[in-house]
Amino acid sequence: MAPVVQFRAAVALAGRFPALAGVDLCLEQGEVVVVVGANGAGKTSLLRACAGLLPVTSGEATVLGVDLTTDHTSVRRYVGLLGHAAPLYDELSAAENVRFAVRALGLPVQTAEEALERLGLTGRLRTTPAGRLSAGQRRRVALAALLARRPALWLLDEPHAGLDAPSRSLLGHLIGDAVSDGATVLLSSHEPQLSVPLADRVVSMGGGRVTGEEPGGRRVTLTSVPTAEPDASAGGVGATNVA
Amino acid sequence: MWHDAVLVAGKDLRIEARSRVGLWQVVPFALLVLVLLAFAIGPDQAALRHAAPGIFWVALLFSTVLAIQRSVAVESGEGTRDGLRLSGIDPAGIFLGKAAAVGLQLLALELVLWAGVTFLFDVQVHVVWLAVTACVLATIGLACAGVLYGALSAGLRVRDTLLPLLVLPVLAPVLLAGSKAWEAALNGSTSSGTQWLKILVPFAVIYLVVGIVLYGPLQEAA
Repeated sequence: MAPVVQFRAAVALAGRFPALAGVDLCLEQGEVVVVVGANGAGKTSLLRACAGLLPVTSGEATVLGVDLTTDHTSVRRYVGLLGHAAPLYDELSAAENVRFAVRALGLPVQTAEEALERLGLTGRLRTTPAGRLSAGQRRRVALAALLARRPALWLLDEPHAGLDAPSRSLLGHLIGDAVSDGATVLLSSHEPQLSVPLADRVVSMGGGRVTGEEPGGRRVTLTSVPTAEPDASAGGVGATNVA
Repeated sequence: MWHDAVLVAGKDLRIEARSRVGLWQVVPFALLVLVLLAFAIGPDQAALRHAAPGIFWVALLFSTVLAIQRSVAVESGEGTRDGLRLSGIDPAGIFLGKAAAVGLQLLALELVLWAGVTFLFDVQVHVVWLAVTACVLATIGLACAGVLYGALSAGLRVRDTLLPLLVLPVLAPVLLAGSKAWEAALNGSTSSGTQWLKILVPFAVIYLVVGIVLYGPLQEAA
């Protein structure tokens, strides 16, 4: 089976600055890979390039079978990116934001309802305008939108930031379930104590390049994560949205 | 594309309905322009009647810029611009949806302005279909051109000040043709009015087609 992500000497420019300066990276289906590195190492740029938001100008870059050097837009509907800022419309409620994300892909609205419940966005939280939610709650709404879209490739940029302990634990379960459903996960983190246990591999970046790689501890952590958070065992997101 | 357009238009209209920016800022601004221009012309009733079509269209044009700025601002929040690009929505659908939302707001505003000029300047439209047709055609052109130039300025820090500079000269033909068509509608001169509709039709069609084709690349470049 072809790798989900295959970068060879991939270069991506942010203006004139090489945000990625020859990245070599390969992700197989079902893998969880954590990217670590100092600020400005290129972690966010790598995720944005995988999402088709940052064009790769030279080298080889294939994501879900799409060659990003010739077409960086058609992969977007098959990936889910959780960036630093939640992509939410402040005037719309949590439920409306998630439903919009689902309808945009032509998926049944039921997937939005399931994702909202899974993230514990029920009752008043569901109908509160996103602009009135706390940073952590907005993060959960963004995660619900990502979950509901059933992406084949999850791209999580500092996913633990702003989340409380139960939500961080739930995130571990979501990643585990997504991988069980056939998705692949690439996440960047400044909190190795939280992210490395979730990973099959840990990739180090510096200066826009991959500088090292070591094994993660995914299986150990997934069996040790508490299961008491709301709806953690509720499935229903079904198969991934693949190219 | 049409499904996407309906989705985006519904989203934008819902956001506008919740924020009430149109109701509490754009509409009062448009009425303020009517009143200020009336002050500038003076108390001469004949002069006011003569200037009424131009005042209507100047007020509409300035208000269009506000509506476009608002439409751009909705997608300029942290993360929402990337969110829309990642949403899987056809860029042509985004363009049509945003233009439809702006267009519907402008049509509502035109009703208010129509009532405003009728009340303030004591004018009466004798050829209603001509005035309505001019409004509908102009609205399509204004919305399409506005959303297109809005996308052009979307990624810039100076977009709020740059957009009027970019879009107002482009919209000048609508101001001219709309004013003349309305003047004819007020005077009951159907034949001269229909000549000016012939400017509004290609303007609307050209910007509709150009917007469908170019919105995607502009969105990527912004």
